[in-house]
Amino acid sequence: MSETLQNQVRSFVVDNFLFGDQGGLSGDDQSLIENDVIDSTGVLELVSFIEERFGIAMSDAEIVPANLDSVARIAAFIERKREAVN
Amino acid sequence: MCGIAGYFGHLRQDEARTLLHGMSAAIAHRGPDGEGIHADAQFGFAHRRLAVIDLSPDGAQPMASGDGSLCITYNGEIFNHIELRAMLEGRGRRFRTASDTEVLLQLYDEYGPYCVSHLNGDFAFAIWDARRRRMVLARDRMGVRPLVYTWHRGLFYFASEVKALFTVPGVEASLDPVALDQVFTLWAPIAPRTGFTGISELPPGHLMIVEAGKADVRPYWTLSFPDKGDESDRPHGELAEELRALLEDATRIRLRADVEVGSLLSGGLDSSMITALAARVAPGRLRSFGITFEDPEFDESVWQQTMAEALGVTHHSVACRSADIAGVFPAVVRHAERSLLRTAPAPMYRLARSVREQGVKVVLSGEGADEIFAGYDLFREASIRRFCARQPGSAIRPHLFRRIYPYLPSLQQQTPNYLAAFFGVDVDDAADPLFSHRPRLRTTAGAKMFFSAGLRAELGSYDAAEELASLLPDAFRRWHPLHQALYLETRFLLPGYILASQGDRMAMAHGVEARFPFLDHRVVEFGAKLPPGAKLRVLQEKHILREVAAGIVPPVIAQRRKQPYRAPDSASFREANYAAELLSPEAVSRTGLFNPAMTGRLLDKSRRSGLNGFRDNAAFVGVLSTQLLSDEFPSLAQ
Repeated sequence: MSETLQNQVRSFVVDNFLFGDQGGLSGDDQSLIENDVIDSTGVLELVSFIEERFGIAMSDAEIVPANLDSVARIAAFIERKREAVN
Repeated sequence: MCGIAGYFGHLRQDEARTLLHGMSAAIAHRGPDGEGIHADAQFGFAHRRLAVIDLSPDGAQPMASGDGSLCITYNGEIFNHIELRAMLEGRGRRFRTASDTEVLLQLYDEYGPYCVSHLNGDFAFAIWDARRRRMVLARDRMGVRPLVYTWHRGLFYFASEVKALFTVPGVEASLDPVALDQVFTLWAPIAPRTGFTGISELPPGHLMIVEAGKADVRPYWTLSFPDKGDESDRPHGELAEELRALLEDATRIRLRADVEVGSLLSGGLDSSMITALAARVAPGRLRSFGITFEDPEFDESVWQQTMAEALGVTHHSVACRSADIAGVFPAVVRHAERSLLRTAPAPMYRLARSVREQGVKVVLSGEGADEIFAGYDLFREASIRRFCARQPGSAIRPHLFRRIYPYLPSLQQQTPNYLAAFFGVDVDDAADPLFSHRPRLRTTAGAKMFFSAGLRAELGSYDAAEELASLLPDAFRRWHPLHQALYLETRFLLPGYILASQGDRMAMAHGVEARFPFLDHRVVEFGAKLPPGAKLRVLQEKHILREVAAGIVPPVIAQRRKQPYRAPDSASFREANYAAELLSPEAVSRTGLFNPAMTGRLLDKSRRSGLNGFRDNAAFVGVLSTQLLSDEFPSLAQ
């Protein structure tokens, strides 16, 4: 997986949900919900970010914690979607 | 209804009078109709009067007993003063005035400190008992009226509001970091803690006896529920009939005043019921007051008009725009004397001003019904969480969360997986005493990410939720889960946030007294004994209240779904330059309580795209209000 992609996702999460507090994210596998990094509106912001930044359309069935609940999962999801398109 | 202040100890007469005038001036807004001072060798009392019962000079305070052995300064109303007067007269007592103050004084003379158990009212008072050389203070059961105190150089000082204590030479404002943590978790400090170090509040339902340089604080009333399974099993219709009679009487005695009594009318079930009951007692004469919002998401003006027309009351509405909220918010914080996470007190402040401008000093309010009869969404949410937890993988059950939050678009768009994750149906322990409140506590505490490194270090491992859990009575674990949730809401949030920030403080900022029939202790005790299903029936909130309402208000109101009272939060401050200044890295650095860089980014985001989630809005309003507090009390700035 592209480290740059993971960095971009991490940057978005830290800037947008943690207002720059790197300490709020202990690792890329940390659950964003269980650690209160995002709330219900946060998920919608996250989906907008993925769709707008990476040109990916997300179906309802894809908006699930399995795809979006950590930086690593989000990056992997974007990677899979890109590969599917290519 | 008034403002009170005083001290216990020896001061020179000139010192005493200067001190008492200073304390009284700080709370002059609570009593614009007059000032009274009394000081002798051992104590001093100040009183700001809002004349409501016995408008003559006879009702002025501080008031001494006929033999001079007792003296009282008192804030509030004793709604059953007529019955108590008759009872005392039956015991041979004679009265000099028509005031409820003298009733209270004679009641104390007859029964001592526990005379408070005879009172049906909203009160905070101090009585000097010269025979026993002691001062007795008390506060009403539900915490409607405030009473704060401190010790300084061996003297005891008390007042209706903290700002009066800060006029005492040497008593300085210092923000309590633990209180800040509690506000940023529970929305309010846990009594007796206030927002300020060294300043305590007398908890609701408590007495305080100060003598020989020591204070003894003890409860005289506690909220309690039956053990699970022991709730009332009387026929439902009988219970509804008794509740109707209780509410009628609670409203009737709250209309007692020698001035006009109006009613707050939001258009919801609770205020509509109270307004309707009051209109029956005073047909054709009642005036009602309500807030309207420009944003339809918050506005209930259509319902207010529906109700006003149905009752034939004269309704006054005051428009509250976002700019109005930003405009009054500094004054709101000054009167609330605590950090606030929401702007909801601001429209109440605006409404109280309008009530006073219309010449009305006393209003009825429907506040309290949501706590007593399970009106808040949180109670339904907890019920659904338990339902989902019984079948963790269910793709259907989490859809129920959407039904209880129709006004939150972000939740309507969530998948069941996310709904289950957000509401913690898999991770929460159903035996956790704070089960019902965990999602709210967690989301709110997320706002603590903006605390500065210094504040975090000072707090160490302190956990406000843990402290809350440690204060629960032993019987709590034997109560039905709904009753556990009602207890948490009624015992802590109601006095600490709702009544303090949206009730007394906002109304009294304009010399307006709010009265709450649903908080009549007879109604509260009756409500507590009801079976849980009479309150929350499947997902219908306030079930029994709706049945009672059916004979009182139009069906369209009686069956209306609850719309929580909310106001725009961070969005209110988009054009407010003072907010940008107070949240700037320079200003935030000066107070040292929050992380300047993170707060700067929060401000940027609010201006760039707006803040959507509860946590971010709570953080914005919480930081802003704390910064405003620091402006108000400059010694807070580090």
